[in-house]
Amino acid sequence: MNDQSHATVTVRFFARLREQLDTDSVAVPISEPATVADVLKTLADRGSVWAELCADSRVMIAVNQAMAKTTTPLKPRDEVAFFPPVTGG
Amino acid sequence: MVIIQAADFDLAEEYQKLRNSGNGTGAIATFTGLVRDHGDLDDVTGLFLEHYPGMTEQVIEGLITEAGKRWDVRAARVIHRIGSLALGDQIVFVGVCSAHRGDAFAACQFIMDALKTSAPFWKKELSRSGDHWVEQKDSDRTQSEQWHKRQE
Repeated sequence: MNDQSHATVTVRFFARLREQLDTDSVAVPISEPATVADVLKTLADRGSVWAELCADSRVMIAVNQAMAKTTTPLKPRDEVAFFPPVTGG
Repeated sequence: MVIIQAADFDLAEEYQKLRNSGNGTGAIATFTGLVRDHGDLDDVTGLFLEHYPGMTEQVIEGLITEAGKRWDVRAARVIHRIGSLALGDQIVFVGVCSAHRGDAFAACQFIMDALKTSAPFWKKELSRSGDHWVEQKDSDRTQSEQWHKRQE
């Protein structure tokens, strides 16, 4: 493990997103200064369903388990999550 | 206090816990949500509830704190169930102790309305014709936004 490999964030997916992407989490490299928008771009570059979901404005964002926006700054080892509008209660 | 569990809960026990929390309580408002027997599909057989462990608890704790800033809240308990649920099952409980009824009713409704649009839970409806993720309802968003307007 070199230093570069530590500059990643963990991205988690829930519910419909997790099923459509067929994964519950991926590590995404970042280079600071980085924001959630950079992570979305990296994921969208994977194409097909990734590009589609990353372009969906209804997708909700959390960083370190608090609601966030595409402009929220990120640092290595942050936990980012993308999920559909919530439907509890 | 926020509890996320697969198990069912007992309304009488929860009420008693609120009652025992004491400190000047003159009113207790409780709300219980059930799994409806019809949803987006008409042959629903049950629900599966997924959540984001950790964040869910933080978000609801935050709503209880916010309620405490806006109303007299002496104690509050929220229970939300996860996993497989059958039609008619209890799914969510919100109980609030206040000095007076107005604050108990308002805080209870606020916590429930805000939970619906901000706590990371997702319902999947299970039906004979296939499973289906429930979409967020505009009416839930509107109901939750009302509370922000009232604060302005």
